[in-house]
Amino acid sequence: MSAASPQSQSKARLRKRPRSKAAMAETRRGWSYAAPDWVFIIGLFIVPIVLLVVMAGSRWSLMGGNRGWNFPENFIKVFEHPLLLKSMGFTLKYTVIVTIILLALGLGLALLVQESSKWNSILRTCFLLPSATGLASASLLFYALYSPQVGPVTRILSFFGLMEADGSVLATGSSALWATTLVIVWRYSGYYMLLMMIGLQSIPGDLYEAARMDGAGTWRIFRSITLPLMKPTIVMCLVYCVTGSILAFDQFFIITRGGPNNETLTVVQLIYSFAFESKKDLGMAAALSLLVLVFLVIINSIQMRGMRDDTK
Amino acid sequence: MKTPMWKRVVGYILQALLALLFVSPLLWVLISSFSPQPGSSQIDGWGINNYLTLFGFQEGLPRYLFNSIVVSLVAVVFSVLVCTLAGYSFSRFNYPGRNLGFMVTLSILMVPYASLLIPMMVWFKSIGLNNSLVGVGLVLTLFQLPMSVFIMRIAFDAIPKSLEEAALCDGCNSLQALVKVLMPSVKPSMVTVGLLAFLEAWNNFMMPLYLVSSENAPLPLALVNMRSQAMGAIDYGITEAGVVVLMIPCAVLFLALQKYYVRGFMAGAVKG
Repeated sequence: MSAASPQSQSKARLRKRPRSKAAMAETRRGWSYAAPDWVFIIGLFIVPIVLLVVMAGSRWSLMGGNRGWNFPENFIKVFEHPLLLKSMGFTLKYTVIVTIILLALGLGLALLVQESSKWNSILRTCFLLPSATGLASASLLFYALYSPQVGPVTRILSFFGLMEADGSVLATGSSALWATTLVIVWRYSGYYMLLMMIGLQSIPGDLYEAARMDGAGTWRIFRSITLPLMKPTIVMCLVYCVTGSILAFDQFFIITRGGPNNETLTVVQLIYSFAFESKKDLGMAAALSLLVLVFLVIINSIQMRGMRDDTK
Repeated sequence: MKTPMWKRVVGYILQALLALLFVSPLLWVLISSFSPQPGSSQIDGWGINNYLTLFGFQEGLPRYLFNSIVVSLVAVVFSVLVCTLAGYSFSRFNYPGRNLGFMVTLSILMVPYASLLIPMMVWFKSIGLNNSLVGVGLVLTLFQLPMSVFIMRIAFDAIPKSLEEAALCDGCNSLQALVKVLMPSVKPSMVTVGLLAFLEAWNNFMMPLYLVSSENAPLPLALVNMRSQAMGAIDYGITEAGVVVLMIPCAVLFLALQKYYVRGFMAGAVKG
């Protein structure tokens, strides 16, 4: 472009000036409409993240406030805490159980109701209704259901001889885990059904047609067409489900309170306990929060990369 | 090759039982909140005594409902407003910083709020938002942003550019074009954004647990507090009545706006 004559260059500049004015106006408008979004992001997202890092490296008690930098003392105290490994193990176990059940049930329900008919839309509404309730209200509801005084669960189980007449399903660690898993399955199956249905709808119908022409049975069609083509959807549900389960708090806080004997204590409950109950130490709570945050960002980016490669 | 009649009937019965299984906890809590139970306010005969006790418990149901409504209102108003404007900006204007803004907004999804509540508590204390319901509403709004800005951006992208160009030629400025010409077309998505914000704000338990004290508790937190503060035996009657009060607006809104709720999920699934 060095061959361009000075004349044409100046012309170009002349033409450019009004356009750049318009571009500046567009930039100004664009930024002003996005400004509220930025205010939220900076004030309530970036500042707290920075503060989280500072707190994780400081002696910072619930009552006394900031007492100065002490990195890496908080992290050492967190790693040495006897309940850390136990709560991590429990959280992972819970995550695996919930993820397997929810993905299988979500896909099963989606296959059951995917064809549109009056009857199926009633079924869909029934499956979805629990997901309109909050996690806290669902947990309170099941807490009452499980109580030996008023709930039917103890009566039903003891009728079949599975437990004592005045016992509670929350009395042992493993039954409390399953009882809480049931709440989550009840609350979230419809949600995963919906996500799976959207994935199923994107599979072209003539693929099924062709397979049926070739004489493939229902199971064969499911294994060779539905499952492979649903992979992106299943991976997405996996990301949601794993992330949500690792962060489990409300259901255990309300139903089991981490008990009996800290057997159902999740990592996020341990953060709460560091901050308000056992230690009253915000520095330790921040250090554990930061570890959870970094861990989740890492899994999320691994899983998202896997997803992108698959859909290519 | 048609499925025989009896097989179809059995199928229908099994499906109906499965659906009933999902609905039965809701029916149970509704019925037992009115039914006689030992250890509750409704000891003999059916009636509304549990609700009357709930009405006057501690700070009283009206106070807790008011708290819930404040939090939900703040979250819904700010979510709809901020996400509509940001969606408009990211869809319609081409400027440096646009993609950065969109990516940073989406990155909120990567950061769970459970890990930010500790610094949030300290930060709110220093800017005068401690123990504030408006503060809780604002935090709830922040975590609605990624999904909802995404929904609004898609909604604006779907409208042909010629529509607002005509308006701009008629002498409207960009804000007038947004309000008069584009808003009617994106209204369904605004309803979705508002509904998602309401359901989250109305039901959230953990944010108020960290950010407000018990007299400012919204209803879910208040119910959990009532349960653990009651001396000795737990009054399940109050809990049941409270759960019903919490669930009714959600169930009604959900049944009325199911179409919009499903749309929100569609957007989430497209993104994945």
